Amino acid sequence: MISRQFALFLLLFSFAAKAADYVAIPAGRFESALAVAGHAAHVRLAAFSMRSEPVTNAEFRVFVRQHAEWRRGRVPPLLADANYLSQWQGPLQPGASILPDQPVVEVSWFAARAYCHSEQARLPNWYEWEYVSAADATRADARRDPLRNQGTLSAIQGASGNLPGVIGRRPANVYGVRDLNRLLWEWTGDYAAMFPNADARVPGSVVNLALCGGSALAFADKNQYALMMRVAALASLRPADTTSRVGFRCVRDLQGDR
Amino acid sequence: MLRQLTLMFALALMSMASISAPLPSADVAADSVYTIPPLTLRDQRGQSFDLASLRGEPRLVGMFYGSCQMACPLEIEYLKHLQHAVAASAGKSIPVLLVSFDPARDDVALLKKVAKQHHVSAPAFRLARAEHGDEGMLAGVLGIAYRQLPGGGFSHNVRVSLLDAQGRIVAATDASGKPAPAFLRAIGLVLKNH
Repeated sequence: MISRQFALFLLLFSFAAKAADYVAIPAGRFESALAVAGHAAHVRLAAFSMRSEPVTNAEFRVFVRQHAEWRRGRVPPLLADANYLSQWQGPLQPGASILPDQPVVEVSWFAARAYCHSEQARLPNWYEWEYVSAADATRADARRDPLRNQGTLSAIQGASGNLPGVIGRRPANVYGVRDLNRLLWEWTGDYAAMFPNADARVPGSVVNLALCGGSALAFADKNQYALMMRVAALASLRPADTTSRVGFRCVRDLQGDR
Repeated sequence: MLRQLTLMFALALMSMASISAPLPSADVAADSVYTIPPLTLRDQRGQSFDLASLRGEPRLVGMFYGSCQMACPLEIEYLKHLQHAVAASAGKSIPVLLVSFDPARDDVALLKKVAKQHHVSAPAFRLARAEHGDEGMLAGVLGIAYRQLPGGGFSHNVRVSLLDAQGRIVAATDASGKPAPAFLRAIGLVLKNH
């Protein structure tokens, strides 16, 4: 009897242990590399928590098993293109060539949103993502380190065209978050509103009527090439698009504020 | 101890069972806006309704936020004029739904205030906020993007889509200037075929 109780306990414990690992990101201020309407954007963020790692194939498999409407072949075309999870062997099996612990890719922004919603979380907004990505293993803001920036850029250029590598090869940053900068592009909730090519300030243009607020986006910090590539890559996507370089991770609000 | 464990296990099973959401009914067109996950809205009258319940009638659908100073008031005025133009040329009315992408601030009282300011009333002109579900999914399928700025406002585009009775996007406009003749024709055609 005791041993049965113990086995049940272990079973429950193993469920708990498999739950995603969210780490606390303290409130703070920082200057975004993206300018808003030509001015540097001083951003103040409330505390939140973030998944320490990108969502993996194994985790996404559990999600599609529980949410049949997000299986390959069932998702309506408005919510994911024909390439959705196409490298998986079957709708429920990633297959032998896909590592369970690799970040899941070929998922649309809609699917990523739904996944985060299923664990009472959401996609990070750009500023949240950028704030955490500015850190390295020893500094909360390592963006002025040219060696670090060059290393990130080289890793991204070397990886283009391939599936992302394995999670956890590099040390976690000061918050305990891994693999933000080099491994893959990640959806953000507001990625489509970054308008990197839109300049609504052209005199006489009526375009500005369609854009309210700081639509003219530019990089305040021109040393952040890797970040520019990321924004350009994301901004070129429609939300139903899926590609072999784009995955995601989720965040949660703390203290119940949205 | 055992009772606690049994309870935990039962709860775990229940939560697993409750996760599978119902599939959209088979007769919804695959490219219909109404295929997005369930979204419950509340309009300026306080009336609650499911987005998918709007299927069956052509409609103009866009998004906005209540504290918007520039583009959103223009969007509402544009749509009012468009409704008049359609009524004059097609002899039928086309209902409008604008959903807030700032539900944290846009409560029913604020929706009511905005509706009053612009002299629009439901059901012909509905301003609504999400009660349950993710309004971001609606934005995604409508090609509407928004991002909260450090000052508290939003960077966003304006796009209003003409949905046919099935919820398929037939045409779209940025709701600025005078209604384009092609957009008016598209509305007339959808209403005629309905």
